[in-house]
Amino acid sequence: MWVFHFGGASCNNCDIEILDCLTPRYDVERFGIKLVGSPRHADVLLVNGSMNGRDKSRLLDIYEQVTKPVYVVAFGACGCTGGIFAEGLPFAGPVDTIIPVDAYIPGCPPKPEAMISGLMKLSETIK
Amino acid sequence: MGEQLFYFLIYPGMLFAGVVGGLIAWVDRKVTARVQFRQGPPVLQPFYDFLKLLLVKETVLPKRGSAIFFLLAPVLGLFGATAAALLVLLPALGITAGFQGDIIVLFYLLAIPSLMFVIGAMASGNPLSAVGASREIKLILSYELTFMLVVAGVILKSGQTLHMDQIMMMQQSQGAFIGSVSGVLLFIAALFAIQGKAGLVPFDLAEAETEIAEGAFMEYSGTAFAIIKYTKYILLFILPVFVAEIFLGGLTFTGIHILWSILKIVLVLVLMILIRNTNPRVKISQAMRFFLLWMNLLVIAGLVLHYLGL
Repeated sequence: MWVFHFGGASCNNCDIEILDCLTPRYDVERFGIKLVGSPRHADVLLVNGSMNGRDKSRLLDIYEQVTKPVYVVAFGACGCTGGIFAEGLPFAGPVDTIIPVDAYIPGCPPKPEAMISGLMKLSETIK
Repeated sequence: MGEQLFYFLIYPGMLFAGVVGGLIAWVDRKVTARVQFRQGPPVLQPFYDFLKLLLVKETVLPKRGSAIFFLLAPVLGLFGATAAALLVLLPALGITAGFQGDIIVLFYLLAIPSLMFVIGAMASGNPLSAVGASREIKLILSYELTFMLVVAGVILKSGQTLHMDQIMMMQQSQGAFIGSVSGVLLFIAALFAIQGKAGLVPFDLAEAETEIAEGAFMEYSGTAFAIIKYTKYILLFILPVFVAEIFLGGLTFTGIHILWSILKIVLVLVLMILIRNTNPRVKISQAMRFFLLWMNLLVIAGLVLHYLGL
């Protein structure tokens, strides 16, 4: 599975936890997961951070560019529900109101173990 | 005719070279992971990636760009790599001896995949791909001269033979070319030149995923990208084999020599992977200076030493 990481208006905490998964301690490459730089190569779109108006249009743009079939994972409390930003003025809805979401990984931020378990459950549903 | 097609498509051409190349891509990722104290992917991961791209993913054509060239370039690149694989592997496996001057043909065939990647990137109409393509062109301009000088040095050392099979035989009778000082210098230059050819770090600036989002291959997806991956697997296999053939005393696949030949290939491969893992990505000006100045000086020093009889 090749993952493309889309960061919304994130507080950067989730991003760091995502990078943590690539480190020797958690090493997601042993499951064949790696981060790619271009949305054209992505199998999984990993979306984190609260979505404001600008992020929304960009997320839709990216979602169009990604080659199908693609699986969308909402990462972190902000991605799943909006978290503490849900009542904020610029908030444009959690990820699943913008694009269809296949898996949710809650937490603020989710632990790397949670991300691995979420992606593994997702890959089980694919097979 | 049927025999040639079998050589080209199945063994030792497209299918065989690709499968072994996939395994070698796994070795590359595994060694990289071990160097970084990680565990690394399972053995079949490169094949999973390839089959997923080939069978499952859709292929998106760029809106602004030439669809014909965009799709044709990977296919031509694959055929170039396969033809090069044939010329490298047929003498090594002892099936046919090749022909007079095949090392020159090989030199040109090995340039085809990189050129095709440039054409494909240019045809995609993406500005970042264009940046990647221009970097790739500059890189080709830098390492091709070094590579040509290395090949010329090998031809000189073998007593003006243009025949791959004879070069290997000569080394088996008189000792490998790496056994002399000039041979070592040429070997080092060849190692860096194939590093550039295979597009590995520190010369992966055409597909720098952190700065220009995979650059030349950015717009490729689905089947077209699968073909590019396959071409890369083949290159990753035949380049170490080529260097092992022209410097490490050739390869023979009979009896106990099989183990010895595989060890030679793995040695070159591990050297490449270690260079890849211990170096950062260079800037294009650094890469050009590295090849055009230092590597060429090294090769010329090697040639002079050869004339002095070292």
